[in-house]
Amino acid sequence: MTGREIENLIKLLSRLPGLGPRSARRAVLQMLKKPEMLMLPLADSLRATADAMTTCSNCGNIDVTDPCHICADYNRGPDIICVVEEVQDLWALERGASFKGQYHVLGGTLSPLDGVGPDDLKIDQLINRARADEVTEVILATNATVDGQTTAHYITERLIETGVKVTRLAHGVPVGGELDYLDDGTLAAALRSRSVV
Amino acid sequence: MDWRDDGIVLSTRKLGENAVRLSVLTRDYGRYAGMVRGATSKSMRGTLEPGNEVRVGWSARLAEHLGQFRCELTGAHAADLLLSAGPLMAMSSACAMLDATLPERESHPDLFHGTIALLSALKAEQWLPAYIRWEVGLLEELGYGLALDCCAATNATTGLAYVSPKSGRAVAEEAGHTYRDRLLPLPAFLAGGQGSDARNAAPLSDQIRDGLKLTGFFIHRDIFEAKALKPVAARDRLVSHVWRSVPVQEK
Repeated sequence: MTGREIENLIKLLSRLPGLGPRSARRAVLQMLKKPEMLMLPLADSLRATADAMTTCSNCGNIDVTDPCHICADYNRGPDIICVVEEVQDLWALERGASFKGQYHVLGGTLSPLDGVGPDDLKIDQLINRARADEVTEVILATNATVDGQTTAHYITERLIETGVKVTRLAHGVPVGGELDYLDDGTLAAALRSRSVV
Repeated sequence: MDWRDDGIVLSTRKLGENAVRLSVLTRDYGRYAGMVRGATSKSMRGTLEPGNEVRVGWSARLAEHLGQFRCELTGAHAADLLLSAGPLMAMSSACAMLDATLPERESHPDLFHGTIALLSALKAEQWLPAYIRWEVGLLEELGYGLALDCCAATNATTGLAYVSPKSGRAVAEEAGHTYRDRLLPLPAFLAGGQGSDARNAAPLSDQIRDGLKLTGFFIHRDIFEAKALKPVAARDRLVSHVWRSVPVQEK
């Protein structure tokens, strides 16, 4: 039906999350219809990003500079480090624009089933960063899952030696959430974390 | 093939973008695996956390197929324990041990009920003795039960202080004193009130360490080494946590 190059492009795009063969075909067709407006700029952008991308040696973020634009920003205080599981969690927190400290990407969670142990995560690097004099607080922003919280508890124990304050994100009712639709676990967590008004 | 049962979530592994391969311990059908479609959806994510109680329906065209699960949350134990380091590690350890050691599709109703009892006990203050008792029960279910009710040498039912690493049977203080370096200490809470005076007087923290050493020895030798299984990292982390957090008593 189409040439090998186009089929190859469809096959590559269909490997991306959220895209299947059908949606990849639609995306390719759209690009083929507008090669000057979409396809060539996209190809240039992909090449430029692939050439420039790097992992920040300080926090583990993916950016085009090392240190990344967050670590290099002098307006962000070095005293608070927010620990996240993956780069997408860092990007999610940045979208919220409510945190003005620095980050540390662990690269996953402790997972016995997948054979991920402490040595496979960037925990030692975090401990080294937390030892710095200017660091006063570490926020554990791991997911509210068994693996995420097990990792958080493990890091808390490791951070005791550094003497920094360790905090975690609150668990409970999301903004816009209706109690009737919340699961029992979230409701129980929200009740435990209630605060004085 | 189609059945419904109560189960405990043991583990999930991603299958494609939206599905997972779920492993559950069911009351009547034992450890069973199946696919759950839409497992990454908002409504399902919290349900499939290890340790949660679920009502599952399994269906497949043939019995030997992987099959599909439909799940409904009936007990959110994971959420209850998320903020408590020790109990959360114990729950992870129990789920990982069941997932690693139990044969698939073999009914273990006692172990199911024991695990439900453990999940409730983990919310209480003295959760560690409950966890160690659960490990003794796991050993028994897998065919390596410990005989802790009478002395292997004298048949005495009181003054029990040690366990023979060879036979897994209790040994009384008098009979085992000479060989105490080669025997494992038996904590009083596992001796059912028949422990020796010294064991009964020992602080609970010491008993807990002895209990974890005792079950750990038999789990490693009879299950992990005998079946060439990799030791469960979640249990190792729990033991390290207990060693760090439970104070050592001055002798």
